[in-house]
Amino acid sequence: MIYSEKVMEHFQNPRNVGVIKEADGVGQVGNPVCGDMMTFYIKVKDNRLEDIKFQTFGCGAAIAVSSMVSEMAIGKTLDEAMKITNETVAEELGGLPKNKLHCSNLGADALHAAIEDFRKKRAVTEKEEGAGASSGAEKCYCPYCDGPIEGLEEYCQSCQVEIEECPHCGTLTKKAGDKCINCGAEIEPM
Amino acid sequence: MKRVYLDHIAATPIEPRVVETMLPFLREKHGNPQSLHSEGQEALEAMEEARAKVGELIGASNEEIFFTASGSEANNFAVKGIALARREKGNHVVVSAVEHQSVLSSARSLEKFGFSSTLVPVDRHGLVDPEDVKRAIKKETVLVSVMLANSEVGTVEPLAEIARVCRDAGVPVHTDAVAAVGNIPVDVGALGVDALSLAGDQFYGPKGSAALFIRKGTRILPLVDGGIQEAGRRAGTENVAGIVGLGKAAEIAISGLPERMMRTEQLRDRLIDALPRLVDHVLLTGHREKRLPHHASFCVRFVEGEAMLLNLDMKGVAASSGSACTSRALRASHVLLAMGIDHALAQGSLVFSMVDGTTEEDIDYLLDVFPPIVERLRKMSPLYTEFMKESRK
Repeated sequence: MIYSEKVMEHFQNPRNVGVIKEADGVGQVGNPVCGDMMTFYIKVKDNRLEDIKFQTFGCGAAIAVSSMVSEMAIGKTLDEAMKITNETVAEELGGLPKNKLHCSNLGADALHAAIEDFRKKRAVTEKEEGAGASSGAEKCYCPYCDGPIEGLEEYCQSCQVEIEECPHCGTLTKKAGDKCINCGAEIEPM
Repeated sequence: MKRVYLDHIAATPIEPRVVETMLPFLREKHGNPQSLHSEGQEALEAMEEARAKVGELIGASNEEIFFTASGSEANNFAVKGIALARREKGNHVVVSAVEHQSVLSSARSLEKFGFSSTLVPVDRHGLVDPEDVKRAIKKETVLVSVMLANSEVGTVEPLAEIARVCRDAGVPVHTDAVAAVGNIPVDVGALGVDALSLAGDQFYGPKGSAALFIRKGTRILPLVDGGIQEAGRRAGTENVAGIVGLGKAAEIAISGLPERMMRTEQLRDRLIDALPRLVDHVLLTGHREKRLPHHASFCVRFVEGEAMLLNLDMKGVAASSGSACTSRALRASHVLLAMGIDHALAQGSLVFSMVDGTTEEDIDYLLDVFPPIVERLRKMSPLYTEFMKESRK
């Protein structure tokens, strides 16, 4: 089995699945293009996470990670919850397959986005309601070495390949290659 | 627990008769076919018998069959070997956008030798238009490679027409027939191809046993130098047991193919008809008619393939998926994307492929356990929640 027993246990019986209608904060990370997408809803009382619910579109690891994060964070203060990292979540789960470590392991990011959303909303409470925060939505990974690509960077820090977005399918491919490595469309040189 | 194996495209079970034929060559019949002594000659004879059977299965003569260790190797051998042997004639190859990675990567790796390649697109059913192949051929083109059947979406390509276009242009054509041979009738003469890859683990033979058909007179550069085996085209001591097993699998396919096809076809149609009625927002991928008889593939919206596979496995069902999360590279299937399926939908890819032993009860069991799995995963899918919210507006 590619997954630890703990991962499979959370995958089969995920904790805290759902939506909080009147959430104090909402955070969403990932997108279906990269494979996984997570939405976290939080209820805050006296600076503590009173309730957490999540929804996840993704693989077994993504679902287990979301469940684990929610379990780790419930009852914690916001500052404590902000200290939970993707790495500690993976550790708690007894490890994750190497190729799933970045892509599916975004649970802490989603939770942090929800907390940031809550803080932002509270800061502007008197003015207007802010929309749900979104972080990491633009984050993608190098199609060659799988290293993370930040925002609009045009080359991969990890393997130094120049990359660009394929105008046809929107995924990342090698810059100045004649064809998109993902959809095969021919790419006109700029 | 009951196991229902619906992953033909990964590997078929091995026919018991194939195992029986192989066993002596793993035990007492250990000779090297290149040796002059009786042990060697015994192995050689068995190997040549297998070569003739494989040839018979696809309408080739035995000296046109070259054994390899996998379908991927056969594809590498054909694409690189034929292109490089014709290097002085040109430096361009044409492949379809839905080829197996072993063909696509071989074409890419030819770039190191000064080649370029053109990817021929497919329609939404995964079909290649022979006219597109014609347009892609340039005067520098030295090889066209288009698969016979696609293992991810089951589509069977109009290969005879594609080969005709290539022949008219004087360009040799290779076909990756790994998913097809032993499962549908394949005849190299009727198809008009110059090279064809096949693999034993796709028709009840052992893994590690495959072959490339190379039409007499087609030039090809060996990938493995250093010996006289396989007429000097592939060095290395032969995998005698595997080859003998491949031969037996071919023999079984020659006589049993019509019945094999009829049986799986019924089950396939039952599944294709029933599944979209039981689960909403399910799309059949590939062509409804022009498809492998044992192959039913779908995209299920709002859920991800690996999560479905894990749940199915817990219920005893083995299937496969082309979702990004299932692949080690974590990229969505290039086949589905080339067919114009969007990334999110491609994540919900599922392939059910029947084998000889699959029964009606197996399909009923799948139809029983599958809908609750999708329902449960959709309940936790933010995409589904969003969709429901939108549709209520």
